[in-house]
Amino acid sequence: MEADFFKDGPSAEAAPIPAEADPAKPDVATDEKTPLGKRIRDSFFARNFRKNWTYLLFLIPAVVVTIIFAYVPMYGLLIAFQDFMPGDNIWDGRWIGFENFTKFFSDPMFWPYMGNTFLLCILGFIIGFPLPILVAVMLHTTKNKKLSKILQTIFNGPHFISLVVLVGMLYLFFGRYGLVNNIIESMGGERFSFFLSEGVFRPMYILSSNWQDFGWSSIIYLAALSGVEQAQHEAATIDGASRVQRILHVDLPAIMPIISVMLIMSIGGLMGVGYEKVLLMQTEGNISTSEIIATYVYKQGILKAKAGYATAIGLFNSVINLVLLIIANTASKRFSENSLF
Amino acid sequence: MENPALENEVMQTPPAPAADMRQNKPRRRRVRETPGDRAYYIITYILLGLLTLIVLYPLWFVVVASFSSAEAVFAGKVFLWPVDIDFSGYAKCFERSDIWIGYANTVWYTASYTLLSVVFTLSAAWALSRKSLPFRKFFMIFFTITMFFGGGLIPFYNVVSDLGMLNTPFAVILPGTVSAWNLFMAKTFFQTGVPDSIVEAAELDGANRLRLFVSVIVPISAPIIAVLTLYYAIGQWNSYFNAKLFLTNRNLYPLQVVLTDILTAAESSAGGDSMYENMLLANQLKYVTVIISSLPVFCLYPFVQKYFAQGVLVGSLKD
Repeated sequence: MEADFFKDGPSAEAAPIPAEADPAKPDVATDEKTPLGKRIRDSFFARNFRKNWTYLLFLIPAVVVTIIFAYVPMYGLLIAFQDFMPGDNIWDGRWIGFENFTKFFSDPMFWPYMGNTFLLCILGFIIGFPLPILVAVMLHTTKNKKLSKILQTIFNGPHFISLVVLVGMLYLFFGRYGLVNNIIESMGGERFSFFLSEGVFRPMYILSSNWQDFGWSSIIYLAALSGVEQAQHEAATIDGASRVQRILHVDLPAIMPIISVMLIMSIGGLMGVGYEKVLLMQTEGNISTSEIIATYVYKQGILKAKAGYATAIGLFNSVINLVLLIIANTASKRFSENSLF
Repeated sequence: MENPALENEVMQTPPAPAADMRQNKPRRRRVRETPGDRAYYIITYILLGLLTLIVLYPLWFVVVASFSSAEAVFAGKVFLWPVDIDFSGYAKCFERSDIWIGYANTVWYTASYTLLSVVFTLSAAWALSRKSLPFRKFFMIFFTITMFFGGGLIPFYNVVSDLGMLNTPFAVILPGTVSAWNLFMAKTFFQTGVPDSIVEAAELDGANRLRLFVSVIVPISAPIIAVLTLYYAIGQWNSYFNAKLFLTNRNLYPLQVVLTDILTAAESSAGGDSMYENMLLANQLKYVTVIISSLPVFCLYPFVQKYFAQGVLVGSLKD
């Protein structure tokens, strides 16, 4: 039965071979056995569907999983407008309009949390966006290609360390009795609790993220750079351009489309820093800088069980991200003709 | 993104760019290096050297510290080489049953998650790569939306909880089995890497779609299967948050959750001799667990990293 299920429709069996020649619509059969009138009535779509509906079966698992774990939660966003308690049913919820949102906006911690989220992201962006481009350019210009490959292997390595281990390493190095404090003490300084200090949280978070991912993020730029035509470089060299000039006037313009796309994505994520790493790094001491919207959502929703309120905050945050993404995309389309969608 | 040269780079096997380089080398030598260029190269090499140090030293230190005596590490005597070589951290690690239960859990969560993910993603990507798929545009949008918008933490938690998956391995294995990013990466692979002629030939031979997929498409998709397997497997190996969120039974904890307790445990400053001893040992255990947990990934890493990089490249192509 299974095999029959996957067989092509009847029109496919009668399909003559020449119809396959057009690559744009390879599977559309012109069935010569059906009368002309029926053939006209048979729309392109219907014929295509009859022949190719079995492809849909391949989609079933992925679509089911995506519906359950991505679209049902989107529907679950409705509880942002309800006075929802765990165990409640979303269908007979108590609708309260935008009350959850206004409650968050009037919370005295609203601006501090917004500020923390924004600062963590924007500072991370300022360092984390140009660094991979710089590294890619440097790796691309090294004359020894074998060395360049080895360096890439080294630089990509930290990407595969788990967040838990990365933060664990931070504790080991910057803890009260860690390597850094040992060095500070041996130089006559005093031991310093990096993890209990609110001022150090952001640099530590951002620098460790960059340590982990600068190599990985540079791969895409390296690929773009290796696609730059050698002839352009030769022409520039003959015209007397120096290496730096060639980077500025040949390499960078050539990888501009990729830079724009990555820029759009980064701007779309400017308020979207995740809770995973922040939660691991958060202590009583640094909470005034490390409490961001995402961690606040986690605490309100999961630990304090204020599901409706937390969902409203999360929704507010996602909408900001979406708006930022759309603005960045539109601007990029307007000014550079590069866009994500 | 639509740079055809980039596309070539992706589809070519690694030796091709190297051959390109050899070809260009003699030509480039004809131009004399100016002092400015030389300065540029010197600065570049210094910076790259520094970056290498910054990346490697912390990793090296963890390895060295794990083999040193706890006192030496604590007193700050360890910098470059192990001091008073000592395996007590490893011994302590082998005694901890929670670490090994976590290890076993992680292995089987990762294996089952990866198997499901690769099968789901590959088959869906194959369908999406066919131009004749009915409702193709709709499904593309359907998956794309999930890349930019989601329900967020609480609705997601509610779904898993309503399905009765709390405190079951399913909560860790099933969500996230299909990532839109990986799906589109595989779709691009099929569009650029599988010649239409193969598909047409198989269809002329009368193979049905399932046969075609299993016995023709899957065998020639080894590169993309490798990339997907590695992406999904490492993602699951390293993830901790879903497990922390959904599992309360300690016997179900994956390694990363066990590690959370060990690695980020608050530093104790209480006095007393045995307390001091305990603290030393706990500290040593941290170094050891970092190594034990990352070892499988790092043993594989040098062999698979070219596939990872390929994955990033294929994923960056638009159709």
